[in-house]
Amino acid sequence: MLAKRCNKLRERIVERIFSVSGAITTIAIVLIVVFLFREGFGLFGSSTIENGYSLFVNAKNDISSLSPTDTKRIFDGEITDWRDVGGKAGEIKVFRFDEIFNLYSEDAFGDNYALLPDKLAEVIDNNPTIIAFLPDKYAPKPSSVVKRLTDRRITAADFVLGTQWLPTATPSPLYGMLPLILGTLLVSLFAVILALPLGLGVAVYLSELSDNRIRRIMKPAVELLAGIPSVVYGFFGLAVLVPLVQRTFALPVGETAFSAGIVLAIMALPTIISVAEDALRSISPAMREASLALGATKWQTIYRVVIPCAKSGLLAAIVLGIGRAVGETMAVLMVSGNAAVMPHSLFESVRTIPATIAAELGEAPSDGTHYQALFMLGCILFIFTSIVSIAAEIITKKHHTSKEL
Amino acid sequence: MKSTNNKIISAKHINFFYKEFHALKDINLEISSQSVTAFIGPSGCGKSTFLRLFNRMNDLIHGTRIEGLCLVEGENIYAKGVDTDRLRKKVGMVFQKPNPFPKTIFENVAYGLRVNGMGDKQFISQRVETSLRSAALWEEVKDKLHKSAYALSGGQQQRLCIARALAVEPSILLMDEPASALDPISTARIEELIVRLKQNYTILIVTHNMQQASRISDQTGFFMMGELVEFGSTKQIFTAPEREQTYNYISGHFG
Repeated sequence: MLAKRCNKLRERIVERIFSVSGAITTIAIVLIVVFLFREGFGLFGSSTIENGYSLFVNAKNDISSLSPTDTKRIFDGEITDWRDVGGKAGEIKVFRFDEIFNLYSEDAFGDNYALLPDKLAEVIDNNPTIIAFLPDKYAPKPSSVVKRLTDRRITAADFVLGTQWLPTATPSPLYGMLPLILGTLLVSLFAVILALPLGLGVAVYLSELSDNRIRRIMKPAVELLAGIPSVVYGFFGLAVLVPLVQRTFALPVGETAFSAGIVLAIMALPTIISVAEDALRSISPAMREASLALGATKWQTIYRVVIPCAKSGLLAAIVLGIGRAVGETMAVLMVSGNAAVMPHSLFESVRTIPATIAAELGEAPSDGTHYQALFMLGCILFIFTSIVSIAAEIITKKHHTSKEL
Repeated sequence: MKSTNNKIISAKHINFFYKEFHALKDINLEISSQSVTAFIGPSGCGKSTFLRLFNRMNDLIHGTRIEGLCLVEGENIYAKGVDTDRLRKKVGMVFQKPNPFPKTIFENVAYGLRVNGMGDKQFISQRVETSLRSAALWEEVKDKLHKSAYALSGGQQQRLCIARALAVEPSILLMDEPASALDPISTARIEELIVRLKQNYTILIVTHNMQQASRISDQTGFFMMGELVEFGSTKQIFTAPEREQTYNYISGHFG
């Protein structure tokens, strides 16, 4: 009686432990996603000008605000006339805060730099075509002579459609993720195009055509490859593939989307092969026998019966392969060249989203827009992979329902 | 080299090995066309192996070997250069468990025609209908030809598999315990079907059910431990077996 009671109690405790651990895991995952998006979305609505700084112009200037790209080009000296940004003609005079110390001696600023704002105002007043990049702390009050340019906010369009990723540019960092997302797409697409036919082909070979002995050696070998750390693949890519690509195609640098795609394809192969082979082998021999007994050839049996039967498993293999290609960081960081510019061909350096996050997060101050932009990139990546797996889910479901109709 | 008599199948001194295991020992028999032949015997006696010789299904198993002469319509089917795909079109097979493809009912029946590159659309749909009629399934499925075969009951699925085999118009039909996974009503329908199909096909059936063998077959072979102990007309085997082992088996003393 007592023993039975003890047993029941134990069962209930075990049950509790399982449900609690399930709940904790789910909550943790949800919280991570919420955190990711909360940090990421902080980017939108932040000022396009570096935190704690503002831009000032002479009050007579009709410009009242500048886009981040124009700001950047003005400070880079690419735009030199106000006409080009919609103002009255006049050569732009760029003024950075530090320059005030060349114009006045220390004494002129008074105690604790109390007079500094007045001096800055004086400078702005004297130069009608000036644009001054000043810290808010010493900024002159807007007045009849000084005009503070209205802040622009970073918009989703700036982020999604921007073609320049210059997170450390001053005064106006640019967070255009288009080069990164195109880099990611280019590299992953190339990798997937390489890896899918190869991987599925090897899976069909292993499960349908090879004899037992070969499979017994090859299957574990392939699975072993899946366990090699990505940095090792990256190292291999850097040491072998990059020089090879550089020489073969006579390129200035071998670190290109092409090399990265090949390394990624090699990395995705073991996953694709292993999952796809399992899917094919799980098809009952009765299906193959039924087909062969009707006079179908081996090949007809494979592509008319075995592959359609294993469709959902094969799809899983494809999705896992794509997931690996899209999310892979280290190896790509090592062989892609990391140039955050709009890619035009496979034989250029590119930068992917994960590589960007890995390379830059350490240098981004945790309250700044750069940090938030990196989180936003993380969100994009997350959305990206979710779309892939949801699409796969829908396709599999469609397949299943048509089976049950 | 057509045989002069109407023996559609003949086996001469067949020995069969799974690696070292001697599965069939010196089997000799002849079967005339348009008859039903039942093979009975305890599990593992080799009757299924024997059946699968005639469409070379045993080839799929690694490490098997055959000795002796196996003639189908006078042709040595184990001769060099025999096209197994062509042979299997001539010798259809129905398996123990219904194994329809995960396709529609129509596509299941049409499969054999499609893989053999037979006919246009109209021919195929005509043949699908006649095959389903022959398998006594047409009335039940004619309104849902384009639904999944998995929506059918087990008995219907097995009749679908028979229709699928009939669609390529084999002359011989091998049936490996075709009713063992079915309920009694479905079994009865399959038996009726077999008797009816006899008019056009030569049927070889393996069964564990001795009443079934006695009900539907013209001749019966009793296998034990890889040997064909006795082969003769069903009536004689079940009423006056010559060998004691046969008598013991059919009277339920063992097995």
